[in-house]
Amino acid sequence: MTVSTSYSRRSFLKTSALAGGGLMLSFSWLAGCASSDEELLTLPKEWFDLNSYLKIGENGVVTIMSPNPEFGQNVITSMPMVVADELDVDWEDVIVEQAPHDPAKFPDAMLGQFTGGSRGVATKWKALRTAGASARHMLRQAAAQKWNVPAEEITTSAGMLRHASGKSARYGEMASAAAEVPVPKEVKLKEVKDFTIIGTSRKNVEGKKIVTGKPLFGIDYWVDGMLIAMIVHPPAFGMRLKSADFAVVKAMPGITDVFPIETLPNEQERGAFDTNAFPQLLAVVGRSTWEVMQAKKSLQAEWEPAPASSMVVSGFGNKSTVTVPAGLEDSASHLTSMEAAAARPGRVVRKDGDPAGAFKRAAKVIERSYSAPFLAHNCMEPMNFFAHVTADRVKVAGPLQAPGFIEPTLSARLGVPADKIDIEMTRMGGGFGRRAYSHYVIEAALISQKVNAPVKLLYTREDDMSTGIYRPSYHATYRAALDADNNLIALHVKAGGVPESPLFANRFPAGAVENYLAEDWSIPSNISIGAFRAPRSNFIAGAEQSFLDEVAEAAGKDPIEFRLELLRRAKANPVGKNNEYDVDRYRGVLELVREKSAWANPPAGVSRGVAAYFCHASYAAHVLDLTIENGKPVVQRVTSAIDCGIVVNADAATNMVQGAVIDGIGNALFGGMPFKNGAPEKTNFNTYRMIRMPDAPKAIDVHFVKSEVDPTGLGEPPFPPIFGALANAIYKATGKRLYKQPFVGETPVLG
Amino acid sequence: MAIFTLRINGKTQQVDVAPDTPMLWVLRDHVKLVGAKYGCGIAQCGACTIHLGDTAVRSCSIPVSAVGDRAITTIEGLSDDGDHPVQKAWLEHDVAQCGYCQAGQIMSAAALLKKNLTPSDADIDAAMRGNICRCATYVRIRAAIKAAALQPSRT
Repeated sequence: MTVSTSYSRRSFLKTSALAGGGLMLSFSWLAGCASSDEELLTLPKEWFDLNSYLKIGENGVVTIMSPNPEFGQNVITSMPMVVADELDVDWEDVIVEQAPHDPAKFPDAMLGQFTGGSRGVATKWKALRTAGASARHMLRQAAAQKWNVPAEEITTSAGMLRHASGKSARYGEMASAAAEVPVPKEVKLKEVKDFTIIGTSRKNVEGKKIVTGKPLFGIDYWVDGMLIAMIVHPPAFGMRLKSADFAVVKAMPGITDVFPIETLPNEQERGAFDTNAFPQLLAVVGRSTWEVMQAKKSLQAEWEPAPASSMVVSGFGNKSTVTVPAGLEDSASHLTSMEAAAARPGRVVRKDGDPAGAFKRAAKVIERSYSAPFLAHNCMEPMNFFAHVTADRVKVAGPLQAPGFIEPTLSARLGVPADKIDIEMTRMGGGFGRRAYSHYVIEAALISQKVNAPVKLLYTREDDMSTGIYRPSYHATYRAALDADNNLIALHVKAGGVPESPLFANRFPAGAVENYLAEDWSIPSNISIGAFRAPRSNFIAGAEQSFLDEVAEAAGKDPIEFRLELLRRAKANPVGKNNEYDVDRYRGVLELVREKSAWANPPAGVSRGVAAYFCHASYAAHVLDLTIENGKPVVQRVTSAIDCGIVVNADAATNMVQGAVIDGIGNALFGGMPFKNGAPEKTNFNTYRMIRMPDAPKAIDVHFVKSEVDPTGLGEPPFPPIFGALANAIYKATGKRLYKQPFVGETPVLG
Repeated sequence: MAIFTLRINGKTQQVDVAPDTPMLWVLRDHVKLVGAKYGCGIAQCGACTIHLGDTAVRSCSIPVSAVGDRAITTIEGLSDDGDHPVQKAWLEHDVAQCGYCQAGQIMSAAALLKKNLTPSDADIDAAMRGNICRCATYVRIRAAIKAAALQPSRT
């Protein structure tokens, strides 16, 4: 495959080892923490930049930049693997660096250096390969000139250039000359069969630093003279600051300043990811974390109900006025309102055939409703950010998923042009969508500006859990019509939530049912919500897959065969238009999971459930085996089949799927954030139950469909269907269908 | 404020802090050892786990004044070069996703193996249930603990 390269210019800078070393040590904020890679590899005396992604030292060591922020999906290993494969370099000679935010070097039509939407490897795939291939091309050109042979005759492998005449050279020897070769306008990429690194398993390049406790995360960031800051926010959604008394707190030990900040004035236009329920905050600043925490607890403030407000939100080419209602909401009334909304006609999003007629003539109609609460992301590393705002420059550093989203907002808020803002991306202690909404960067910058010093803002766990951006609360009602021969002749889904609907009207089983109706509705709220691992899919998949299980049973059909039958229909004679999924890939994961789980021969004594789903361009199917012990579900084994196209780093991909499976089981069993009078009722892990070691499955077997399709998403797709597989297995074990998440929660429902 | 003399990773260090300051913040803010992580502040998540003597404790909930002359070991001092059998097993099983909780997980696992050479699944459940991994790497943590338990050189 030949692709056009997108580099119009490149730096001919020959960075000295000293300057290069400065970059390489960019994570070594504290003394004595040189990376293990650097210790193992002899650093070159001179670096030669071949493009934005890589530089080669005269000794053959290659530095590859990982463009996207890292939050556990391990792109910091897999993205450089893609570059290294096309470059044909020995992986042992590679050093990886996290790139800073730099839209000029790492352009992307819409989302830039963005971690989210399972789109990292998929959207950078071509750029990463092109970077490696074009550098390889330049090295071959340089060797061709030196050896006076045609470049096409020069082969490469493991960082070596070779010619049939017997001439050979290490990449390092040609790096200087290669840096002078014009960047090719077009470059040939490898055939899939020729990959040597892509598809293998490589250890996390930051693994050694992680297991030895080196500073990697935003919370570890530290510079001389840095102050610690914390915020105090209203105790409930729908409240705002009335007044506060700073005198007592200002006099407390170690406290340097206390003041209000306004993160985003109502009149400032918001970006799509500038969600922020509490733009007015109190900031407490001091010398040490413990002292600031104590002062924060002592701060006396009065709060009052906030009126409804409206603001202009723009993003992705749209601009709209968003109104945030007034009032103190609670979970009990949310559920009542959702059930009332579900009983009314919704907004018709898709209609195929004659659903009303089909339901009238049905031999059997099944109707079931499902609901789920708000969820908090609960990243293990609470929100935090470093900022140093000076007269001529803004430096911010820390954990965030979307530097390109916050930069324009920060620029507008501070009145500083974007080219004066440096954003450094640290490793994130989890993200799950939460860190795409980085209002805390603005907060840190405003505090630094006010106190005229470098500042690290840290949320307490209680702040982190109670400042919003939750997964919404959802509800869905499904109806199915079966004819006298147990054929599914109509399907009706009506789904909504507070404050958004989880409906995907064009996904399976749309396209597979002659008469189909999809409706949505929503209820406004002032509780702020945002993306949470596989947004909307993370609820609707479980509801849909639980429902299909019940319909298959009513039809007297095997649940896998029932789904395959529908898929055969969607393939042979699809109903309607805009069906979003690929029937063959969907079928592929169901067939693979059926085979690998030995579906026909389950282990003795276990109850099994199956579910499959499509989202983020990938396909996932799970078979979950469980037993009930002392009235509790114990997951013995999960067998997963995934089609995410080409797998880059096999063992890391397996890890991601295993994590998604357990995360889903945890949220299905225990997850939930209830509200009362606008206040989140859980603010720490003593009340917010997270899945722990004893609740985790004993084994998870992950199987990938062999594919030559360019990579599609992986971080999210395995997550949504596990909710359904679990519910279906619990039904098999207990005879009880589960419709309300969490399935266990505080009051066990299982015996 | 008061001066406390602490034995951390084999070295004696003095810090001048309020007596109620939790060891977590003494380590992170004053000694500049940041391997122990803040996760909850109430001993519910285990991210801040260190050893006091041979026992795994949650450093967020141990005031510096309660430490006395007990030896403190943090993840930075668990081994000289990251080669403790538990650390090696963690790398071999490529356990980490985001990695934030893993120092705490490793410290809990190392304390378990010090007391119990051949932990059963139930022993592992009991010793590790105080450590949350939000990325949910539990199956790998369990496998790594079992692999480390088989290492003869375990310290």
